[in-house]
Amino acid sequence: MSIDKRITEDLVSKGIGFVTTVPCKQLAGVIDEIDRHPEIKHVPSNKEDEGMGLCAGAWMGGMRPAIIMQNTALGVTLNTLATLTQFYRMPLPMLISYRGELREPVACQVEMALHTKALLAQMLIPTYHFHKQADVEELPMILDHAFMSNKPVAILTDANFWGGYGDQ
Amino acid sequence: MIRSEILKDIAPILRDQLVICNIGIPSQELHAIDDQSTNFYMLGTMGLASSIGLGLAMVQPKPVIVIDGDGSVLTNLGTLPTIGNNAPSNYILLIIDNGSYGSTGDQPTYTGRKTSLTGMAKAAGCDRVVECQAEDTGAVLQEALDAQEATVIVCKCESGNAKMPVITMDPVVIRDRFMKAVQA
Ligand SMILES: [Mg+2]
Repeated sequence: MSIDKRITEDLVSKGIGFVTTVPCKQLAGVIDEIDRHPEIKHVPSNKEDEGMGLCAGAWMGGMRPAIIMQNTALGVTLNTLATLTQFYRMPLPMLISYRGELREPVACQVEMALHTKALLAQMLIPTYHFHKQADVEELPMILDHAFMSNKPVAILTDANFWGGYGDQ
Repeated sequence: MIRSEILKDIAPILRDQLVICNIGIPSQELHAIDDQSTNFYMLGTMGLASSIGLGLAMVQPKPVIVIDGDGSVLTNLGTLPTIGNNAPSNYILLIIDNGSYGSTGDQPTYTGRKTSLTGMAKAAGCDRVVECQAEDTGAVLQEALDAQEATVIVCKCESGNAKMPVITMDPVVIRDRFMKAVQA
């Protein structure tokens, strides 16, 4: 099974039926899988904080949500994470493309990579870093953790993780 | 008419519906006029009422009415294309367009000058967009509910706020009772 399919199946097996995405090259494959999956409502959003609003509504409506986004947008979501997701105690798995890490070809991406873990730590967001192929095995547990604790949870997926599965 | 007078006017229509209400004075006014467990009050996060309501409308069949403002829609303009391309028939976005940032002291927004949210919603792909005057809001809102069609209402009104107390209810209580009302 491709990694994109595996991630999608993990989301579905944990009851996630609403996914919003803002694209990243590394996430193109998984976004394709999600878009095709009959049990997932996929709503592309124009900005990541907008996406988090959609997820909050979906969750209050009884559907488990997730957001797929790039780490460069973390800054624009901080207020939403603090005053919506965390303040109202809502679960939100965030599958994040961790640009600017090892094997990154674009220098500018490194700048937000430097802040990514510090910002997540400052926000007290449980954070998991997928660097090697085998790390994906933890995904179902991480999803359980988000919905058990009613918290946003970040899964940072770097170029080495995705590169393990083909061309980067 | 100012926002609080409109809210008083439409309170009997809102009472039985799921309502997502915009941050700040709009939520304070609705809370003071007619607090219901079917109201979700935003205590922060300017701009996301329309997005929260859209997510809610997409996963369950009950009608969802979002009470939003011109300033908040302007701050999250990306919401209009997402609504235009995805809104299900149970979604109603009521933009109370008073041409000002009411909660921060009535500083003017661009909708009081050259910008039309009605035009922007149409251009974004929203099929049913109704612009109305404040007095007609109740009739237009009831019509939208009866039509069972995704609707954006741009209600043009005067700027101004009623003096209402800050909402002190815990956010988790607001959210929990709202979720129970959704399931009921
Ligand atoms: Mg306004």
